[in-house]
Amino acid sequence: MSDAALPEPRRRSALGRLARRPLALLGLAIISVTVVSAIAAPWIAPFGRDEQLFEGLTLEGAPMPPGGPFLLGTDLLGRDLLTRILYGARTSLVIGVVANGLALLIGTLVGVTAGYFRGWLGSLLMRFTDLMMAFPALLLAICLAAIFTPSLWIVALVIALVNWVQVARVLYTETTSLAERDFIAAERAIGAGHGRILWLHILPHLVPTIIVWGTLGISTTVLLEATLSFLGIGVQPPEPSWGNIIFENQTYFQAAPWLVFFPGMAILLMALAFNLVGDALRDVLDPTQRGRG
Amino acid sequence: MKRLLASSALLAALAAPAFAQATDTYTPDPNAKEGGSIVITYKDDVATLDPAIGYDWQNWSMIKSLFDGLMDYVPGTTDLRPGLAESYEISEDGLTYTFKLRPGVTFHNGREMTAEDVVYSLSRVTDPATQSPGAGFFGMIEGFDAQMAGEAESLSGVTAVDPQTVQIKLSRPDATFLHVMALNFASIVPQEAVEAAGDDFGRQPVGTGSFKLAEWTLGQRLVFEKNSDYWREGVPYLDQITFEVGQEPVVALLRLQNGEVDVPGDGIPPAKFQEVMADPAQAERVVQGGQLHTGYVTMNVTQPPFDNVDVRRAVNMAINKDRITQIINGRAVPANQPLPPSMPGYAENHEGYAYDPEGAKELLAQAGFADGFETELYVMNTDPNPRIAQAIQQDLAAVGITASIQSLAQANVIEAGGAGTAPMIWSGGMAWIADFPDPANFYYPILGCAGAVEGGWNWSKYCNEELDAKATEADSMSDPAMADQRLALWSEIYTKVMEDAAWAPVFHEERYTMRSPRMGGDDALYVDPVSIPVNYDYVYVTE
Amino acid sequence: MAAYLARRLVESVLILLGVTLVTFFLLYVLPADPVRQIAGRSATTETVESIRRQLGLDQPFWVQYGRYLWNLLHLDLGRSYLQRSNVSELIWARLPPTLLLMAGAIVCELILGLTMGIIAALRRGTATDNGLMIASFIGVSAPQFVVGLLMLYVFAVQLRWFPIGGYGTLAHLVLPALTLGILGAGWYSRMMRSSMVEVLRQDFIRTARAKGLARHRVILRHALPNAILPIIAMIGIDIGIFMGGIVVVESVFGWPGIGQLAWQAIQRVDIPIIMGVTLVSAVAIVLGNLLADLVTPLIDPRIRLR
Repeated sequence: MSDAALPEPRRRSALGRLARRPLALLGLAIISVTVVSAIAAPWIAPFGRDEQLFEGLTLEGAPMPPGGPFLLGTDLLGRDLLTRILYGARTSLVIGVVANGLALLIGTLVGVTAGYFRGWLGSLLMRFTDLMMAFPALLLAICLAAIFTPSLWIVALVIALVNWVQVARVLYTETTSLAERDFIAAERAIGAGHGRILWLHILPHLVPTIIVWGTLGISTTVLLEATLSFLGIGVQPPEPSWGNIIFENQTYFQAAPWLVFFPGMAILLMALAFNLVGDALRDVLDPTQRGRG
Repeated sequence: MKRLLASSALLAALAAPAFAQATDTYTPDPNAKEGGSIVITYKDDVATLDPAIGYDWQNWSMIKSLFDGLMDYVPGTTDLRPGLAESYEISEDGLTYTFKLRPGVTFHNGREMTAEDVVYSLSRVTDPATQSPGAGFFGMIEGFDAQMAGEAESLSGVTAVDPQTVQIKLSRPDATFLHVMALNFASIVPQEAVEAAGDDFGRQPVGTGSFKLAEWTLGQRLVFEKNSDYWREGVPYLDQITFEVGQEPVVALLRLQNGEVDVPGDGIPPAKFQEVMADPAQAERVVQGGQLHTGYVTMNVTQPPFDNVDVRRAVNMAINKDRITQIINGRAVPANQPLPPSMPGYAENHEGYAYDPEGAKELLAQAGFADGFETELYVMNTDPNPRIAQAIQQDLAAVGITASIQSLAQANVIEAGGAGTAPMIWSGGMAWIADFPDPANFYYPILGCAGAVEGGWNWSKYCNEELDAKATEADSMSDPAMADQRLALWSEIYTKVMEDAAWAPVFHEERYTMRSPRMGGDDALYVDPVSIPVNYDYVYVTE
Repeated sequence: MAAYLARRLVESVLILLGVTLVTFFLLYVLPADPVRQIAGRSATTETVESIRRQLGLDQPFWVQYGRYLWNLLHLDLGRSYLQRSNVSELIWARLPPTLLLMAGAIVCELILGLTMGIIAALRRGTATDNGLMIASFIGVSAPQFVVGLLMLYVFAVQLRWFPIGGYGTLAHLVLPALTLGILGAGWYSRMMRSSMVEVLRQDFIRTARAKGLARHRVILRHALPNAILPIIAMIGIDIGIFMGGIVVVESVFGWPGIGQLAWQAIQRVDIPIIMGVTLVSAVAIVLGNLLADLVTPLIDPRIRLR
């Protein structure tokens, strides 16, 4: 069997096919709007990010309902909720991209190394991956967050340390089957180095999987960040995150449900968007890949 | 505190020792009815009912009802009265206390309590193997150091003179000693029951108290039953109390409104406060009470820039305490000194530092920080503390201080505070609630030199030898006749602390709780300053 | 089979050992001192040191870990620092509510997920199918704390159909179980749909239809059992996923399970409890995965155990 027998990674045609899927387009639209509003937050937000407004609270210290100068109401410190949510998009996106990027990097390194080299190194790496799989992810993240003083970057790191495992497992399986193919053996026979084989022949075939996991993983990351922040161990105040907006205001959720509803919807939409796009990418790039993320 | 001298005849009879007696000023409620059972809720689980160990909001008053100490408080007040001790005498040098025990008091297991039980109980709580968080309170008793070091079998200062008489020798006169004898940690426990239960005494408590434990489903509920052999006449009124734990305060209040709960142990949650107060039928059942609590910001005086007193004063002036009080829905009074208003020794005419951002800026400029500085504010990561920290942060920003917030788990904040690595800490959630109603209780661990060591709870690391000496002087005034003089000295000490601005006191929390329509008894019982949060022995149901 | 099982069991034990080591190490380097919490505010330095000695916390890491393992070998999970009772007893007392919650969640996710999946498969390509699949995406994208809080608001506060949190009756179970199950329902509906579509395409279904059997008979008797089996195998894996969710769901609903126990212990550095809960969770996850792996070949003979 020659190299040509394996289909070339279908990158170019993929975008075109993606565009024909309405759900994927909806996801892309949500992502675009979020990215634009995150970047433009300083210009479009009606108030300062951390500005605690005197008129944002009643004399008894209750928040303002949506309406008037405060489109989505105010929080328990008298800050404009819309402003907080717009800036919160930055936190979610930065963590989504950074944490997931890191997780992909670690996962790819571990998965590909283990799958390609096998032997004791592969065995060791995969046993470690199994070990990580046995941890309840949230519990591990909580412990890690308690050890490092949480900040935006630490939260991203913690999430990456928890989330790389899935990627590693998937890529391990793919690499193992690729490494067994004849064309890899042929490359080895003509004396190609490991680096060359990995870079030129293994990695390109993994790209679709990495793209799919990269997209789906952002959704998981956004949810995990929100959960950590909801438990009070995410990014540090006053930096807004959709999760910590809910954490700070949840005691009031019966009297002021908008304080949970709006940031909650933001999290949901963001995770949904990346799931929709990721799922469509999976179908487009590699229809054989199915299962739980 | 009311301490009345006993009759002169008695004084004459005893001649040498000064004989003081705290008397019971309690008068029974004429409307009280016997019987009935009530339901009380708490959010957090009850960890233990061992009086040597329990130190939580929810188990404090439960232990008070299961156990008794030699001393007690008049219900709803901070006035001492005799408990298991019928009477006591204090020697003239203030170093020897002789307690006469009440005859015929029995433990829940039926055995009669004797002086040996007192010796055992006090030795147990100070035994390092017990690992009691309250052991440190007993430092004035002779033999404490040897006991803590593990060199003694028992506390040598405590001896049983005869089955009805206990003598306690102190190594230094200490005016707070009788309060210490009223602490939960000084409760009298039966040795045989403790030893039979082994490590599980906290789950199978046996005391002399007005109630006994009938049922305990871990993480869900506890049921207390009336001790019909209780030594105090007429109490408790209730036959049974059910404590349901793991109940969110909001849920507890809704259930109270539904008639399923009688008292929400954690009080009225802020989110429901306005709704309740807006309804006259409910508002009339709300009970408000002061609390021996102060929320404060500590500043590490050993590290720049807070080694400069002007900087610390500037912080005091920069914080808008009225706004912070507003943020917690007005359920507190702004503070200007460490002691809460209901504490004896509170300096009524002390003015503290008024909110004055401009003045704060000037002070900072004087101190060489005209452009401000950067620092860190540590805070425990449970609501509302991160919110309060953000309000403080905004106030500090207004005078040029950039404080970044470190919102961490309680244990991590305590660690940073103890190690002195936290420049500023907002005390909320870990704040000082007095163990006993005496000004001394607010000084030693959190403002004195003893607490300023590595790992200590004096997070400002403020150590003023002069004030320590004054504190020792004040507490050696154990003669009741000198009580006023002693309190004046304590006021002076706290005024000096504020001059040095070791803390920025922010507010004193007020407690707002509620009772179901069928609950009777004086309002003070529901906000009891000692049996926090409710004095279970004296409340009753009216139906 | 026996050899496979033996190998998997040895592997599982090693994995669990690794979990204890990693957790123990994380808690060892945690910048918080449990002794300070035990000793209280008025403790002297001597008291603190004495307690530290008694708990063996003054020992080097390997000695502490060795002692932990030794006790674990004797089925002793240690004593809680702050609750002062045996960890195993504390976990044992909290386990029934958590198991009940998980069982409820499994029921919810199966009923919701399978129904949605079957309907979507039968109506493939229609608006119903699209709507159900969007709903399933929302299910997997919804943060549990938001779902929980909003369900509380709508069904308990506004409509008063269910109690506002707490534990006791079946009515208490509904909202937390739904919240925990909604994520799984999303996954199951998607899996059920594709599995069902696959089965419907197969020859024996076509034959059955060709023989003139009624449509609902074919679906219920022939298609459903074949489509459902691979999904049942996944339930084992769910347990691991639930382990993370219970911390959030139990805290939102005030459910007295091990999630709450773990969260309180983490806040107060009660190391023995954290170790215990992590170990119990890891055991559940490992067993769940093992179970899933064992069940799969029974269902689908094409997959052999390796």
